[in-house]
Formats: sequence, structure tokens, C-alpha cells
Amino acid sequence: MTDVSTKADEPELDEDQEHRPPFWQRLVAGSSTPIGLILGALIVVFSVLEPSSFLDSANARNIATDAAVLLVLATGMTFVITTAGIDLSIGAVLVFSGVVSAKMMNAVGGDNWGVIVVGLVVALAGGLGWGLINGFLVAKARIPAFVVTLGTLGMSLGASLVITGGVDERDVPFKLVTTIGTGRAFDQIPWLVLIAFAVAIFFGIVLAATRFGRYTYAVGSNEEAARRAGIPVDRHLIKVYALAGTLAGLAGFLSLARFSTTTIGGHDTDNLQAIAAVVIGGTSLFGGIGTILGSVFGVFIPAVLENGFVIIGVNPFWQEIAVGAVLVGAVYLDQLRRRSQYQR
Amino acid sequence: MPEPLLEAREIVKSFGRVRALRGANFTVYANEVVALVGDNGAGKSTLVKTLAGVHQPDAGEIVFEGEPVEIHSPLDARRLGIETVYQDLALAAELDAGANMFLGREVMRPGVLGKLGFIDKQAMRARSRDAFADLGVALQDTSAPVATMSGGQRQGIAVSRAVTWASKVVFMDEPTAALGVVQTRNVLDLIGRVRDQGLAVVLISHNMPEVFEVADRIEVLRLGERVARFRRGDVTMEDVVGAMTGAITHDGETR
Repeated sequence: MTDVSTKADEPELDEDQEHRPPFWQRLVAGSSTPIGLILGALIVVFSVLEPSSFLDSANARNIATDAAVLLVLATGMTFVITTAGIDLSIGAVLVFSGVVSAKMMNAVGGDNWGVIVVGLVVALAGGLGWGLINGFLVAKARIPAFVVTLGTLGMSLGASLVITGGVDERDVPFKLVTTIGTGRAFDQIPWLVLIAFAVAIFFGIVLAATRFGRYTYAVGSNEEAARRAGIPVDRHLIKVYALAGTLAGLAGFLSLARFSTTTIGGHDTDNLQAIAAVVIGGTSLFGGIGTILGSVFGVFIPAVLENGFVIIGVNPFWQEIAVGAVLVGAVYLDQLRRRSQYQR
Repeated sequence: MPEPLLEAREIVKSFGRVRALRGANFTVYANEVVALVGDNGAGKSTLVKTLAGVHQPDAGEIVFEGEPVEIHSPLDARRLGIETVYQDLALAAELDAGANMFLGREVMRPGVLGKLGFIDKQAMRARSRDAFADLGVALQDTSAPVATMSGGQRQGIAVSRAVTWASKVVFMDEPTAALGVVQTRNVLDLIGRVRDQGLAVVLISHNMPEVFEVADRIEVLRLGERVARFRRGDVTMEDVVGAMTGAITHDGETR
């Protein structure tokens, strides 16, 4: 209880508990729960089939490290899709941010934390810049997000090629690679994984509990109603695309740290992977519904499938088929549930 | 005669080649229920949206408490104490009733958390529940998305929201259109109670018996202009329908 509430409030709060379904029921009905169960089932199946190699802590570390960069991208994408938008540019913005960050770190020179911080700031700023462009064009010029971000995908990737002449920048401060890139906290948890989860948890709380999150849902649910309620819809959309761009910038920096090269050609499908993860996680492409927890599950289902298939000796190409099926199945289940719930 | 609370003077509004309002006048007094009636396409919703800040008039003047005002946005209207129940209800279907009640005016958590942007969902639900109870809107679960609720419940939420926040004028665009008998009764009683608190209620309705039951005055729009205004008691339903269809013009004669 807070200091503002009076005694008169208390019986009403009790009433609230009565009227709301109990926690476990809300959990079962929660949009990310079915997909969490699927992830759990996958882990159980692979653990039973190959307990010694799949359940190994080194293997868990591998899965999480592979998923870390995608998790950062998917976190931003969750906000964008919850506003009923889409951002196809994040993979290309990731590459652009890595390129300008690497170029800047080499221009400054040296192998110390000062250079690394400069590189991080440049990567974030690069991502923020593209995100602001996306946001302005979507909110102010009213160009569909699909078209805007397809355009900035081409522009940011093209800019990366122009800057590098098409050759990957392979010179990255050694300290960055050995710490953030491949280092582990307490010799156990990779820094990449820790950073990615910190980002997901932080923005998960922002989406679920703050006014910024509430506006994100409101704009995605009914943009016109949000406008009439006095919510600054345009400004909010710009912020959301700026957030997705900035997180793509962070992802670019993390990718640079991990691979110690800019991997210009390696992120063509990052945008689709992030969208798939977010949608598998229960976020609605029509807006107004979505959770970061769901997106975390959605990121780890493909990661676990790929790893599990390798370990049990199935050709890993099957992973793509399985993920495609999970994607379609997840959306179908979501539609079914919504139809049964919403038709009155 | 008291000064009008809100007055629209010679409002013109076109959408492309469609002239929705052609110099429309409209007058609202405090402490009254005024019905705005007219046939389909007469410009009722456009006029209300203009006064609510959703549309900007091409020409004409809005006078509020004797002063000319410009209402550029719903926020401007809200600052004047004007709230609107839109025909489409303007609810965010995926959000719960409390969230809709406080849409754009979220209650923040006390202290540091509130400064950091955290909203107080419990407080918003509790206060919404009180408002719904006061207004006779029955909701089983205030944490369920509005999309899962019946048309009557949704209407109840939209009406409760407007009535809760208005301090001067409530516009209601067809507030009983989706309602059953009991809920219609509730809304009509509510309109009377809001008026008795000193507010002005502008009721847009096609339902003549309803209009004659609750309205103190009736203003008739036809083809984007006010063509008649009546006091209840001075007029029969035939007169009003005649004005709506163009058989009688009466503007300003009785008041």
C-alpha cells in the first residue's frame, strides 16, 4: 500500500482480487505462455535424447551466445511490431553501425577501454540516426513502415559498402574481442549473453510497466483513439523506431566484438529472423499485443532447434523447415485464440 | 437569458469536394441537455468533432464562456473541460477497461518510480471500478481486454470515461446505439445526473422518443446548417422530423 491510499480503498482492492482471475489462470491465458511451453518441451526432448551433450553447460553457453545478438534486435522489434509497424532495416543498420564503429576505433587507434567506449557511442549513434530517419518518415511523412524500412535497409547497407569499399573491416581492438566478445563474467556467463539479457529485461520492464510501454500498446491498438486521448502519437512512433535503431546499433557493436570483423554479408536475414522470433513469441502483427518475454522464447526456439538437431545428428538444414512450421503454427494458434476470445 | 457556455458560429468544414458544414451554428448552455438531431449526412458528427478538436474548421468561430477560442487538438478541448463519447467509441481494444479510462492521463506510481515513468495500474483499475460502479456499468473483470467485452460494456466504458473527466461539456455521439434496454436506461439516467451536476450534455441521437425524454432543448441540423431549434414542451415529434427533412424551417424563432 502506498501513502496516498486511504482505508476506504482497501476493501476495493480486495474486491479487485476477487474479480480478477487468479495468477495461475492469467499465466495460462498469457500470450507468451504456450510458446514458453513449446520451448520447454524442446529442451526436454533434446535433453532426453542426448543428455550428456545437450545438457552440458558449455552447450547452453553456445546456444545463448548464438542467440544474444538476435535477442537485442528482437527486443527493439517487439516495440515496433506492437505499434503495428515493422522494421526491415535492422540487419543493415547493424552492419552500418559495426562499420562506422570499427572505422572510428581504428581512426582513434589504441587498444584500451577509451577506444572501446568511443566505438560503442559511434555504433549507438549510427543506429539512432537510422532509427530517427525511419521514425520521421513513418510518423510525419506517413509512408508505410514496410516501404520506409525497406528503403533504409538498402541505404544503410549501401552506405556500409561505400565506406568500406565492400571489404570487411577486420581490425578491431583486441581488448574488445577478448572481453565483451568472447570473455565471461565469473568465468561462467559470456558477457554477450549477460548484456543481451540485461537489455531484454530492462526493456521488458519498460514495455510492461511504464507510460512509454502503455503508449506503445495504445498506438498499436488504436492509433486514432490514442490521438484523440491526447497521446503524442507521432512523437511516440519516432521514439519507438529510434529505439529499434539504437538497439540495432548495439547489436552491431556486439557482433563486431564477437566476430572481430564487420561481417557485411552476414546479416541479410537478421530482420526476418527477428520478426519471426517476435511473432513466434506472441506479438501481434496487427499491433496492441506483445511481450518481451515472448520474444525471448521466440529467439531461443530456433536457437535450441538448430543446436539440438546438430547434437542428435539430424541435418541442421531441417532447422529452417522446423522454424518455418513453428512460425506458421504460432500465428495460427494466436488467431484461433483471439477468434474464440474476441467474438461476442 | 444566460450566456451560452459554448457556441459555434457559421462553421464551415469541407472534406475535398464534400461540404459537410456550410455555416453551421450551434449553442450549448450550462446545466442543460441539448439534443443535436438531423438526418444522415446532416453534419452532426462533423460538428461535434470540430468542437472536440478532431477537425479544424475552414471558417467560422467557436466561442467558449464568452471568449473566442481555437480548439486545435483534443488536448485543447480537454483543457476547456470538454469530453466526447465518439460514435466509434475510440477505445483501444487490446487494453483493459482501466487503461482505456485513463488513456492519455495515466496515473503514475508515487515517488521515484513515478518519476521514472512507471504507471500505477492498481490505482487506475481501482478508480475505474469506482466510476463503473457509480455509473452502473457491469464488468466482471476490469483487467480483461476491452475487445473481449460486449458492445454495451464498451459503450459503458466510453461514456464513463467522458463523464468522469468532463468539467463543462460532454458530447455524446449516439451513446445508446449499441445498448440493450437496461443499459440505455442507465445512460439516459446518467445524462440527467450529469446535467444536474451543472454540466452541459450534447446528445446526438436518431431516437426521437429518447431525445424527447432527456433533452431540454433540441437543435436541428440539415445539410450542414442549423435549420431549427426548439424547447422541449413547445414542440411535437412531427415538428422536429419536419425540420430534419426540410419541411419546416424554424431557426432561432423559439428559445
